[in-house]
Amino acid sequence: MAWDWEFTGRIIPDLLSGLVVTVQATVLGYALALVLGLAVALVRRVPVVGPLLHAVMEFIRCTPLLVQLVFVFTLAPGGISAFTIGFLVLGVHYAAYTAEVYRSGIEGVPPGQWEASRALSLPAHRTWGAVVLPQAVRRVIPALGNYLIAMFKDTPLLFAITVGELMYQASRIGGVYFRYLEAMTLVGLFFLLVSVPSAVLIRRLERRYAAV
Amino acid sequence: MPQSDLLPGGAPGAGGPLIRFDGVVKRFGANTVLDELDFTVDAGERVTLIGPSGSGKTTILRLLMTLEKVTGGVIWVNGEPLSHMRGKGGLVRAGEKHQREVRKRIGMVFQQFNLFPNMTVRQNVTEGPIHSLGVSRDEANQRAEELLDLVGLGEKIDAHPTRLSGGQQQRVAIARALAMRPEILLLDEVTSALDPELVSGVLDVLRGIAESTDITMLCVTHEMHFARDVSHRVLMFDQGKIVEEGPPEQIFGDPREERTRTFLHAVLDHG
Ligand SMILES: Nc1ncnc2c1ncn2[C@@H]1O[C@H](COP(=O)(O)OP(=O)(O)O)[C@@H](O)[C@H]1O
Ligand SMILES: [Mg+2]
Repeated sequence: MAWDWEFTGRIIPDLLSGLVVTVQATVLGYALALVLGLAVALVRRVPVVGPLLHAVMEFIRCTPLLVQLVFVFTLAPGGISAFTIGFLVLGVHYAAYTAEVYRSGIEGVPPGQWEASRALSLPAHRTWGAVVLPQAVRRVIPALGNYLIAMFKDTPLLFAITVGELMYQASRIGGVYFRYLEAMTLVGLFFLLVSVPSAVLIRRLERRYAAV
Repeated sequence: MPQSDLLPGGAPGAGGPLIRFDGVVKRFGANTVLDELDFTVDAGERVTLIGPSGSGKTTILRLLMTLEKVTGGVIWVNGEPLSHMRGKGGLVRAGEKHQREVRKRIGMVFQQFNLFPNMTVRQNVTEGPIHSLGVSRDEANQRAEELLDLVGLGEKIDAHPTRLSGGQQQRVAIARALAMRPEILLLDEVTSALDPELVSGVLDVLRGIAESTDITMLCVTHEMHFARDVSHRVLMFDQGKIVEEGPPEQIFGDPREERTRTFLHAVLDHG
């Protein structure tokens, strides 16, 4: 099968609209993973509720994202769009990972920082908000960045629940014209075009926050 | 050194000692570090704790700072039980709120400085006054400026601690502790982590504070000259017990106990 440039030109607009959906799902899912993961990391320190939550998160990490997507999509009440379900499941799934990242960041803050906060009689919200979390988050920025790229590369799974993202568009085009070569090549290319610069950026952040 | 009201004073004369350890026991697992320890410190008194590594000196300061809990016995500060509070039927273990209140009267300077690296020098010094004492930002800032001048770091007020030398960081930590106007200042080997050439700058600042205020000091140090200069009384510890105590001239000049003599020889040989 030879490469058809004219066909390539025709399918680009549809693929770009798919890429927009992919990016939207990633951004929303990632924002949810960042916030929810932090909340989970904090609640995990609470007695009784913490271990329970930990078990739930362990369960989420131990089952495939694809299964979770299809499961929630099937059980969700009507009226919720596939896109909404898609980014919510992505966000919750990745929150199970970011929670661990935050936890390691919090544990990495030296005991002396807690002790100095205590010696100054700081209230809990200042100890957490002004001393511990700023230092904890700073040291895990690179690890969090890696999950952004990982999540981005997982978005094609949304295809399974009919979200009109990049992969969905490509296979739709393939199905209509019986040509997959151009569309799938472009999908790979688009992913590379976003992933590689992001990875470079994250390596830079890594170097910048390596100190302290 | 200014004599002003810049620096905190001693305790209001409540009569009786400011600090009293009353049969204090501290165990870590099976390791008994302090076994029924009794001693008192008067308001305005400067006491130096000396003794070999592992004899429990840090533990005593950490108990006072409520960074550790007593296993048994009671610590009294200004007639108030530190680790306990008056409940029905006698003393009960103190809750977090009670401890926060008592803790405000006590400041601590750590061996490793423990400055907040994510804050500027100014924020380090104003954080406690603003957020735990409820002092206004203007007042806290003004006090931070005065205290940083006092420790010779006025021009570093907007620097980040990581940019400062160890000696400078420790002087910021001293200013941070004093900003809380504590009645009691705890100093745990505050020059041990410093390069030798930076030690005297920190000790000079502490000498100045000792001379110009009547703040009560509990000081763990291996700097025997400093201890001799500033302290009213020296306590020699070994294995969680006070082996010998007395004025610095006597402890350093004419120690009675063999244990004290060997310890001082060992320290002086290395210093
Ligand atoms: N957090 C801790 N857990 C277990 N053991 C401890 C802890 N802190 C101190 N210790 C033990 O308590 C003893 C006294 O320690 P410390 O008070 O630091 O002595 P010093 O300051 O005189 O060197 C040592 O045997 C030490 O190992
Ligand atoms: Mg010690």
